[in-house]
Amino acid sequence: MSTFKTKTSRREFIRNVSLGSGGIILSFNWLASCNSTERELMALPNNWYELNGYLKIGENGLATIMSPNPEIGQNVKTSMPMLVAEELDIDWKNVLVEQAPLNVGLFGNWQIAGGSRSIGSSWVPLRQAGATARKMLLMAAASSWSVPIEELTTSNGIITHKASGKSDHYGVFAEKASILEVPEEVELKELADYKIIGHSKKNVDGKNIVTGKPLFGLDIKEEGMLTAMIVHPPAFGKVLKSFDASSVINMPGIKDVFTINTFNDEDARGWSDITAFNEQVVIVGESTWQVMKAKKVLKVVWQNMPKTTIKQAGWGGNATDVSIPTGLESSVDHNKKLNDYSGLPLQTARKDGNPEKAFKEAAKVLERTYTAPFRAHNTMEPMNFFADVTEDRAILSGPVQTPEAAEGSVATRLKMPREKIEVHLSRMGGGFGRRLYGTFVVEAALISQHVKAPIKLVYTREDDMTYGTYRPAYTLKYRAAIDKNNNLTAIHVIGGGIPESPLHENRFPAGAIDNYLAEKWVIPSNITIGAYRAPRSNFNASAEQSFLDELAETLGKDPLEFRLELLKRAQDKPVGERNDYDAKRYAGVLELVKKNAKWGAEDKKDLKRGVAAYYCHQSYVANVVDVRMDGSKPIIDEVFAAVDCGIVVNPDAATNLAEGGTVDGIGTAMYGGLSFVDGMPQQDNFDKYRLIRHHEAPKKVSVDFVKSDIAPTGMGEPPYPPVQAALANAIYSASGKRLYHQPFINELNS
Amino acid sequence: MAQFTLKVNGASHQVDVEPDTPILWVLRDHLNLVGTKYGCGIAQCGACTIHLDGTATRACQLQVSMVGNSEITTIEGLSENGEHPVQQAWLEEDVPQCGYCQTGQIMTAVSLLKNNPHPTDEEIEMGMSGNLCRCGTYTRIKKAIKRASNS
Repeated sequence: MSTFKTKTSRREFIRNVSLGSGGIILSFNWLASCNSTERELMALPNNWYELNGYLKIGENGLATIMSPNPEIGQNVKTSMPMLVAEELDIDWKNVLVEQAPLNVGLFGNWQIAGGSRSIGSSWVPLRQAGATARKMLLMAAASSWSVPIEELTTSNGIITHKASGKSDHYGVFAEKASILEVPEEVELKELADYKIIGHSKKNVDGKNIVTGKPLFGLDIKEEGMLTAMIVHPPAFGKVLKSFDASSVINMPGIKDVFTINTFNDEDARGWSDITAFNEQVVIVGESTWQVMKAKKVLKVVWQNMPKTTIKQAGWGGNATDVSIPTGLESSVDHNKKLNDYSGLPLQTARKDGNPEKAFKEAAKVLERTYTAPFRAHNTMEPMNFFADVTEDRAILSGPVQTPEAAEGSVATRLKMPREKIEVHLSRMGGGFGRRLYGTFVVEAALISQHVKAPIKLVYTREDDMTYGTYRPAYTLKYRAAIDKNNNLTAIHVIGGGIPESPLHENRFPAGAIDNYLAEKWVIPSNITIGAYRAPRSNFNASAEQSFLDELAETLGKDPLEFRLELLKRAQDKPVGERNDYDAKRYAGVLELVKKNAKWGAEDKKDLKRGVAAYYCHQSYVANVVDVRMDGSKPIIDEVFAAVDCGIVVNPDAATNLAEGGTVDGIGTAMYGGLSFVDGMPQQDNFDKYRLIRHHEAPKKVSVDFVKSDIAPTGMGEPPYPPVQAALANAIYSASGKRLYHQPFINELNS
Repeated sequence: MAQFTLKVNGASHQVDVEPDTPILWVLRDHLNLVGTKYGCGIAQCGACTIHLDGTATRACQLQVSMVGNSEITTIEGLSENGEHPVQQAWLEEDVPQCGYCQTGQIMTAVSLLKNNPHPTDEEIEMGMSGNLCRCGTYTRIKKAIKRASNS
């Protein structure tokens, strides 16, 4: 066992615990549903005894474990409580799970669904919470039985004293344990002793999902609640001029029509606050359909946005003045700029060796340009939030990936202290980064404040798609210098975008190339962007790994062996001071996928294959994709995914994420994208924005994990980027056509 | 506003709504049956799939005035407590990620299996192609349908 100091001092821990038990009144916790598929096995106890903020134990031995982070489909509501249960040493079937509300005092400052960090950041504290509670139960049992604590053992929620033959379940000692002081030191189990971590557990919400129970933000309903919708400018670069409330105010069920200013000019906006469409028209009514109908007929006049400067703070940074460009942008113009950015200043992000000399002396230069369009997140559940704001408190509930940031924005806007704001979390119908930007929470709070009633703000699908925080439009140009002996001597990469560059200058193949130059450029835009599943990596992998494939072919090398050769160089004699990745782990996933896919040995007669690998969010994923072409259409027979995410907490759920990330990656590469004409998004629903469908998905996804004793790393994002390139490389093998511009469907059909 | 009597999940319900209200919103707002989901409102995503006299139907496109005496079944009426073989197969395969689209997927799958108890892979792929899953659980959905078809 390893001994861990509990991070907080005893005093701090107790203060937090008492806050958890009585400091916050959970007046709105119907969404914090208790679930377990085996729940029926044991009746609910009469009393719960709280051992710390993460868990309480009933007199019958049942445990309730709080899941602190937002659940967006990454399965943390199951896998985070598994960490607590492991060290508590309880039978998983006697565990109920509750979604915790926002409480950073209790749960720390990473109550976020973002950066694939939930499990990694909670790996120690959640296990500590379980181990601390176990120790308190042991202390209570030792005292009750008058035996030394060292002679007690636990197993599946039962404490046993072998010498005296005494044995009883945790519930018997829960009350006594709950008033003990929190121990300062606890021991954590060794990997080999795990009974829950590393053993697949089913989704704790599974049964409620398949029976259609109210779980999601859109399902929230409260007494006296009204429905609200926004009418936002139809184009980026437009603002409200006027509206005519009389056109809808007499329609059935309509209660009010007014405008809100989501942020005040004098307040600095936080990193998660959206900068577009600050003034919007709001329609409030009794039922969803009534408001939807009114929204369609409301007469609104828009005008071009004047020169606008706002105050905005970055991640924990100071506020700076940010100018929002005026004008109405179009994709035709964007695409010209992505392909020809001459005249723009390039910023050197990294330089190793003497790339200029290598290119000057090169016998051959391979140069390729890759592009990808804006993308909307398109979560299946559109943005929405419940708010009930009175003069002295605000109750907010719904789907948001960043509850703490959203609370901060509401506090600033309403000039209300955080202590008077409660934020409750519903299960989310997808996130993918869109719900990092909780401006809709501020909108909901302002609407409730205005109408003096509880409201649910609902975005229509069209609102959701046309008022987004999009994945930027990106380009990467790769150049490789090859000398007269057919050796690779330099790589030059230029990453640009509107309005963000996709470049990750310290990622592979940096570190494996003697002469390396990475440069970037950006063009400002008034189109709002944000993090989108595996930000930047989601395009970087596609371009970089497609280029390496073409480079391997140019050098006459096997594409998988070529990558391993570069990684060996990066491992043995790395170039440069700072390389983000671990070359050994990177090569490890390539070796695993090589073995599983029988790379080089398999002969599936009408199938052709492609390979790719990528590192992001501290994890490594390699793919082999097998395809055949049906005319211009690729039929994807099988995708192999080899994943190194450290210790795998919940293997079947992690497999599910890898399968889903694979399908999402293929969908991203092949279909869809958001285009603009005069600032107006040209796709506003799924008839125009093409998402991957069932018959377009791979027939089979075979996932395998590298066996590891490294603390868990990211899983929500890493399986998504590399498959995009593996697919492009497979399609090239099958069709002879290299793909450079997403969505590939356009290039395949041209 | 007008009065309508609807047969939903074997019971009769009176609602007072505008005649053009889609059944989706009648179910969600007026009958508190929120298992039927809103995804697009234009019959492109399948999240609102219900059964109308046993046939899979998009609730967002079905106006309340068009229902008449037809029987509506929603996910809440598919079984008492999730015992339907398709729901059980979904749990066995642990299909959901975010879970939002899954009730619509299940309603479409039930209808598919009713018309074709032992579908081929291709028949499943095409039969389910009207239901979007943004998390990409298609491969598990297929496994669950095959499991249910064998049960």
